[in-house]
Amino acid sequence: MGSLAGIGMGLAVIGAGIGIGNIGAKAMEAIARQPEAVGDIRANMILTAALVEGAALIAIVMAFLVG
Amino acid sequence: MKFSKILFALIFGLILSFSNAAQAGGGGGKFDAKATAFHHIADANVYSIGPWSFPLPCILYNKDTGKWSVFSSGKFNLVGHHGDGADIVDGYVLNGGTVNRITNPTPEMLEGHMHISDHSHDAKDHNHDHHLFGHETKMVDGKEKEVSYFTKGGKKFYLEDKTAWDFGVFGGDFTSFYDFSITKNVVSMILVCLFMMFTFFRVAKLYKTNDGKAPTGIQGFFEPMVVFIQDEVAKPFLGNKWKQFLPFLLTIFFFILGLNLFGQVPFLGGSNVSGSLSVTLVLAIASFLVVNLSGNAHYWEHVVWMPGVPAWLKIVILTPVEILGVFIKPVTLMLRLFANITAGHMVMVIFVSLIFIAKEGAGEGIAWLTSAGSVLLTMFMMAIELLVAFIQAFVFTILTAAYLNASTEEAHDHDHGDSHEHAAAH
Repeated sequence: MGSLAGIGMGLAVIGAGIGIGNIGAKAMEAIARQPEAVGDIRANMILTAALVEGAALIAIVMAFLVG
Repeated sequence: MKFSKILFALIFGLILSFSNAAQAGGGGGKFDAKATAFHHIADANVYSIGPWSFPLPCILYNKDTGKWSVFSSGKFNLVGHHGDGADIVDGYVLNGGTVNRITNPTPEMLEGHMHISDHSHDAKDHNHDHHLFGHETKMVDGKEKEVSYFTKGGKKFYLEDKTAWDFGVFGGDFTSFYDFSITKNVVSMILVCLFMMFTFFRVAKLYKTNDGKAPTGIQGFFEPMVVFIQDEVAKPFLGNKWKQFLPFLLTIFFFILGLNLFGQVPFLGGSNVSGSLSVTLVLAIASFLVVNLSGNAHYWEHVVWMPGVPAWLKIVILTPVEILGVFIKPVTLMLRLFANITAGHMVMVIFVSLIFIAKEGAGEGIAWLTSAGSVLLTMFMMAIELLVAFIQAFVFTILTAAYLNASTEEAHDHDHGDSHEHAAAH
């Protein structure tokens, strides 16, 4: 049972990884296009990444509960 | 040039001390990396710095007998550096740094103070690899569970489990006594609070004496951070109400940052305060109360009865989801801080554990080599954790500000797209 929960955690982390990777990539692109907006872009990037991370955390906790 | 010399000395000093640890440890018994990691990130009733253990006050209340027990954890007769106590006090024992209750105590155990060991030899004779407590698997409520026990007079006495991370809400363990002890985390928190009060009163005083002049000393260190929170978090999210909530946001930011950084200081016990669910729970409750108590009619209307949506849709899905969302927001705040800080601490313990794993698997020579790699990995991790300490403090603050923005926004803001720079926040 524990290993199944581990797979679930891994899947959740893959999803969050793709999501946060996209956020980072797009933020870098945006900064390259408009370097003067770096402050705003960085703050919003961290905020959005935190929200994506929240979904992954809920999945990890659920995996703990089931396992 | 000078910096690289310091770095070199630091790395070699660490390698030497790590290898010393590798030689000292692992004398007997199998090394259990998972148990070591969990033991090191857990809260404790002793404060251990290196080989020294400092006893802390225990304040315990037994629900069944109604008895208050107030004593120093030194009364448990600490042995070795695992935080085990050789004595029983009022039906409690100290197991791995934490107070556990005996589930089947004899009446003598409940009243006072006795040795766990049957032999009357001095507790100092115990070498530190000798564990007082054994573990065995037992069937509890149809589930296999690992329980700790000790043997006295040929009879097995079982220990109650620690409170689990879910506080018993999801079927985890929950202790049957109330523990108000001043634990390691509480001591660390008090130290951080005193330090913050000292520095911030100093900064405030400097603002009075330096009025109209450039900041000096410690003032110059804190001003950019305060201005950063004010300009990047409070003003864009809270509009004209930023002055009202700035003190709360600054308090949350600097408190979390202080706790995160205190846990990163090497050789200071590495207390995992902001990686403790009880601490992040209280921080999340504070944020939840501020957000919801300052919520206006517009916010509650959107939560309970979203305008412009068919009634059946609201009843079936929208209102339940919105009400759930009100509670999920603080829960994710709590979990995010807890998980990030705990993961960081745990990774560092595992990197140090690599030395012991290598020693067990491949002998002392390989363990020396591993300690070099382990030092470098640990230093790299600590550099990343320094960044995480700032980011997590900032994320907690900015998310609180975003939730506050959602709950205090005025209705007419909806017509203006330009005031919605941060609309993604909710």
